[in-house]
Amino acid sequence: MEAGSGRLSENILHFARVLRRAGLRVGPRQVLDAVEAVETAGIGRREDFYWTLHATLVKRHEEQELFAQAFHVFWRNPKLLDKMMSLMLPEIETPPGATEEEKSRRLAEALFGEGTQHIEEEPVVEIDRSETFSKEELLRTRDFEKMSVAELAEAKAAIARLRLTLDEARTRRTRPAARGHLVDMRATLRATLRSGGVIPLRRRDYRRRRPPLVVLCDISGSMSAYARVFLHFLHALTNDRDRVHVFLFGTRLTHVTRELKHRDVDEALARVAARVEDWDGGTRIGETLHRFNVDWARRVLGQGATVLLVTDGLDRDAGEGVAAEIARLHRSSRRLIWLNPLLRYERFEPKALGVKAILPHVDEFRPVHNIASLASLVEALSDAHIGRKPERSGRREAA
Amino acid sequence: MTLPANIDETVELLARGNYVADRSLATVIFLALKMGRPLLLEGEAGVGKTEIAKVLADALGRRLIRLQCYEGLDTGAAVYEWNYQAQMIEIRLAEAEGVGDRTELGKDVFSERFLIRRPILQALEPAVEGPPVLLIDELDRTDEPFEAYLLEVLSDFQVSVPEIGTIKAEHPPIVIVTSNRTREIHDALKRRCLYHWVDYPDAERELAILKLKAPGTPEKLSREIVAFVQKLRGLDLYKNPGIAETIDWAEALTALDAVSLDRQSVNDTLGALLKYQDDIARVAGSEAARILEEIRMAAAAE
Repeated sequence: MEAGSGRLSENILHFARVLRRAGLRVGPRQVLDAVEAVETAGIGRREDFYWTLHATLVKRHEEQELFAQAFHVFWRNPKLLDKMMSLMLPEIETPPGATEEEKSRRLAEALFGEGTQHIEEEPVVEIDRSETFSKEELLRTRDFEKMSVAELAEAKAAIARLRLTLDEARTRRTRPAARGHLVDMRATLRATLRSGGVIPLRRRDYRRRRPPLVVLCDISGSMSAYARVFLHFLHALTNDRDRVHVFLFGTRLTHVTRELKHRDVDEALARVAARVEDWDGGTRIGETLHRFNVDWARRVLGQGATVLLVTDGLDRDAGEGVAAEIARLHRSSRRLIWLNPLLRYERFEPKALGVKAILPHVDEFRPVHNIASLASLVEALSDAHIGRKPERSGRREAA
Repeated sequence: MTLPANIDETVELLARGNYVADRSLATVIFLALKMGRPLLLEGEAGVGKTEIAKVLADALGRRLIRLQCYEGLDTGAAVYEWNYQAQMIEIRLAEAEGVGDRTELGKDVFSERFLIRRPILQALEPAVEGPPVLLIDELDRTDEPFEAYLLEVLSDFQVSVPEIGTIKAEHPPIVIVTSNRTREIHDALKRRCLYHWVDYPDAERELAILKLKAPGTPEKLSREIVAFVQKLRGLDLYKNPGIAETIDWAEALTALDAVSLDRQSVNDTLGALLKYQDDIARVAGSEAARILEEIRMAAAAE
């Protein structure tokens, strides 16, 4: 293998590059590890070779599927091992043929470049459907550049002023504090050594920290006018503090925290737009909340998270399953705040089934339709003492 | 016991420790041992992640040092702590004897004699039988600052105690890190480790595990239990039953002298298998009956 290891490393490097383009986070360190691992384990069985590369190149569960596909395409030749012994480069598939559907599009793009992507601009007809449902799921890529200049400027100016400040919770970690509740034995002992005689007590107290914030934002047709501005706010929020998790939902749930982390707001929103597939479609609140509860709740709601649920409560499935799921969400979060843009109407009545199902389970209920209400939201979030007291301004008592 | 020389030997090693591993797991364990790298095992609760470390320590004849993580875990509990009470007494005694030199006293008090070694420091100590297995359990329960500290330890296998200096492991321990994924482990730490996702076992392997871990269970019952549990995992429950739950359930049913599954025994013992009220409410009754019927049909078809 000695003479061949150079070629083998080259192939592994090439494979790593394919994985990287397919979206796995494979750094130079992983490539070196992979080469070392293959040299350590040797090339016996195909299965072992697979798991050897897997151990070093995959770092999260979600990546397994993509890795499996990439592996079988890249090292597809059954005579691979013989070939590797005879120091041949693996054959890479010629551009997509009939079996195209089987492969993930991401992988195809990574292997053959961006050429396979066709995005056709549909003419956008502006219809005000802020209170209607759309029956079909509209799978298209939302163009953020259509946001009006005035709107954008307004949002940016407002968002620049919005910062969450004093929203802090006690952790179990401590820091030195002159009037703390705990005795710092180590510092006390040191002080004793210096002074002699009386023992001068040194103290510590619990450190405080901002709890995680989880945002579930509705991006269906009835919310579209609002969601655009709110995404700017979410971007500011995500970049301002750690432990923020953002999910968008219409008919399906999409985790977009990583996309929003990009510093540049336009770049970040473009990435979100590319990721989300159900803009301006219908809403399935019960179903998407169920997915969140099952797939994500345990992972992001730890350590006392605050949950912001942003939706108008208008549900295509007529509120089916919403009550049970929202109840579960409420039980697993420290504080559940519902932001509803429909509250801007003076005579808003919770008639829709979805709205009725959600109402009993929220700690706070607030309007969010303009900059002023966003600002008051920020105040509410910053003030931990409001806690679980329901705030129901701008709305009549629920029937 | 020396380290296994190849993947086949690793499979054997685990089998000797009564752990039914699939080949992917054996591969990653072999690499971790051979390359001297920490192994990060992720997976749902109850799939046997912790067990791997125990079996490995046992089979290799090494000491197992376990660090259970929790929120607020600090160096005082994880690495080292000074024995303050003993130090205080030492100072008092010195004062009573009229020792005047405070610098000398300070040096004396902050010496290894008063150092309490916590798991990580213990793992760096040399051992006759070879480096120990350090199990860092449920890392996701602790917070990011501790993760950052751990990253430093796992990079160099050394710990610095300000009063004494740096303590470095002559031979780095075998490190197994587990996570239930209640939050994402930081990328930097993941890059240091070899990664493996421990999945629920397939029916065949689960049956083999059950035979090993609950040997008193009748053959027919075991097969029905495994079939039932495998079906449950396809139901999109809040918490799928893990292997630990399967074993508990088998023991519960055996204790009740059941020889095969029926509606009554399933409903009575479902609490051993499912831990969420919503899940139990969903499965108990008609759903359980439906699954039982399916199992019976499948068994008859064979």
